Amino acid sequence: MGAYALPDAGGHFGIYGGSFVAETLMEPLAELRVAYKQYLRDPEFLKVLDEDLRQYVGRPSPLYFAARLTETWGGARIYLKREDLNHTGAHKINNTVGQALLAQRLGKTRIIAETGAGQHGVATATVAARLGLECVVYMGAEDIKRQAINVYRMRLLGADVIAVESGSSTLKDALNEAMRDWVTNVDDTFYIIGTVAGPDPYPAMVRDLQAVIGREAREQILTQEGRLPDALVACVGGGSNAIGLFYPFLEDEAVALHGVEAAGEGLDTGHHAAPLCAGKPGVLHGNRTYLMEDQDGQIIHTHSISAGLDYPGVGPEHAWLRDSGRATYVAVTDDEALAAFHELTRVEGILPALESSHALAYTSKLARDLGRDGVIIVNLSGRGDKDVHTIAEREGIEI
Amino acid sequence: MSRIDKRFAELRAQQRAALVPFITAGDPAPEVTVPLMHAMVAAGADIIELGVPFSDPMAEGPAIQRACERALEHHVSLHDVLAMVQRFRADDDSTPVVVMGYLNPVEVMGYETFAAAAAAAGVDGALTVDLPPEEADAYIRALRESHVDTIFLLAPTTSDARIERICGASSGFVYYVSLRGVTGAAHLDLTEVADKLAQIRSHTDAPVGVGFGIHTAAVAAQVAQLADAVIVGSAIVKRIEALAGEPERIPAEVGAFIRELREAITSTTKMTNAINE
Repeated sequence: MGAYALPDAGGHFGIYGGSFVAETLMEPLAELRVAYKQYLRDPEFLKVLDEDLRQYVGRPSPLYFAARLTETWGGARIYLKREDLNHTGAHKINNTVGQALLAQRLGKTRIIAETGAGQHGVATATVAARLGLECVVYMGAEDIKRQAINVYRMRLLGADVIAVESGSSTLKDALNEAMRDWVTNVDDTFYIIGTVAGPDPYPAMVRDLQAVIGREAREQILTQEGRLPDALVACVGGGSNAIGLFYPFLEDEAVALHGVEAAGEGLDTGHHAAPLCAGKPGVLHGNRTYLMEDQDGQIIHTHSISAGLDYPGVGPEHAWLRDSGRATYVAVTDDEALAAFHELTRVEGILPALESSHALAYTSKLARDLGRDGVIIVNLSGRGDKDVHTIAEREGIEI
Repeated sequence: MSRIDKRFAELRAQQRAALVPFITAGDPAPEVTVPLMHAMVAAGADIIELGVPFSDPMAEGPAIQRACERALEHHVSLHDVLAMVQRFRADDDSTPVVVMGYLNPVEVMGYETFAAAAAAAGVDGALTVDLPPEEADAYIRALRESHVDTIFLLAPTTSDARIERICGASSGFVYYVSLRGVTGAAHLDLTEVADKLAQIRSHTDAPVGVGFGIHTAAVAAQVAQLADAVIVGSAIVKRIEALAGEPERIPAEVGAFIRELREAITSTTKMTNAINE
């Protein structure tokens, strides 16, 4: 592989990506593209962003050697990139801090966002509160029921949380509704997309803002192990934490990249959220990528125990990395993710998010395959406090 | 000459704007659609825009979103929509039909297959909402080859450079989205529409249709003074929704509304023609 320079000028990663939106949004996207390219190279802007990441988010996040987990699994040395220790408890804020600064530079006074589990919604409401911007978060009515605490957090932060009742009333419908809001209020509104999907420039912009994860991890592992890891593992819903970790390692060909999708009740049951493992290419939410769709091209319902992975599409760069063979994608069931959740909690005293638990579950297999000489970095993309109700309910425990 | 070109030529001679009703195919049930298309023509529709139901219609307001959901309860596919046009064509060989939808069902079918099947069914034009010309080279090639017109959207936010590009990619007519918002929104600014149409016409001789936000006969008449075609969607779809429980009444009720729109449009002389001629 030569120097990695994707996406192209039109936002394409091979055949994936692009800008598939109604005409009204084409000019605003062009404006955003120019601003993103200008500011993410502007030393003044980057200085402010860097300061915010250190003082407000709490970066750099540790690269923690999980000695007991390594011992328990009996294989490769396992390092956890502790994105769960960021302000608001997940990697999502790396992106919202950057996009909110862009919104401010563009003179936008109103922020909108979509959210599934509520982590991106909370991270957006947080930065909006800090910058004194109006904030509206769209959330599927089903997800609002599942994630009452995050809804309340967003409201405490001053955000207006709007229940989306259309379609399946989940994340994909919240994204549709946020797009509709943006089309309507395009003059004063900035849409902060939470993952590496959507029309160009979002996949590249969100990647560049999340790449701080991989830049830190690369430096940290060289210091702590004196060498690059054999493998990186991250969960993939839309895929922002995975791209954030993978991107700075793309040209290190000896480093294997593993993305872990949600197999839900099993890939053969149809109740899953694993478009890269079991979907087909198509166009949704502004980009061409792998999708969960039926034979007529309608988007189908997805299932995962983890609301953050419960999405029928995936970032277009992952689609490209899959086809090119640079990264491999696997899927882990609800049950396997839960088992990994308990394992990390008990042996390391860390409650991982259910999303991140998918990455851990696959790591348990990979660690054995690589053996004791191997080194693996797992992105612990978020903390699991938000999931304790889901887990208790599933295990028949009343809190 | 295509049906669309022929229809606009006739209307130019009459100095009248086209009335273009939009319905979602299969709403509220598949068997309603073809009789409803004929009823709309009988009531004065000049061109029919037939929506292809999609699970994630990002540019639609609530009325057309719900229409998609009703149609999808019956699993109405792009194949089914083309079959409806074919049945319509058995009794009407002159009224142009434009299919309007989202890209993914077309992607799944394949551009060439779609273009050939659409042409064979008697479809005259296709408008794919989430496909800007920048991404449409292969799609345009396929449709041109099958002699199906490619209609693209223009918006209040569209720059001069992109107007040029969009008009270059379009055939049949161009569709101006008259407001910042989704279908069925309520804040149409006629002055802005007039200004933008003048700007668009400096780039193209193609007929310009105006849609989004035209709810009443009065507004339709005002838009008819400016545009070559007046596209009415949500206001019709809401009437269909109200009668979803008694679908046998839909053709007559929608027909009555179409007649009202048509009378309002017919009573106005097109300002552009008055100026041009």
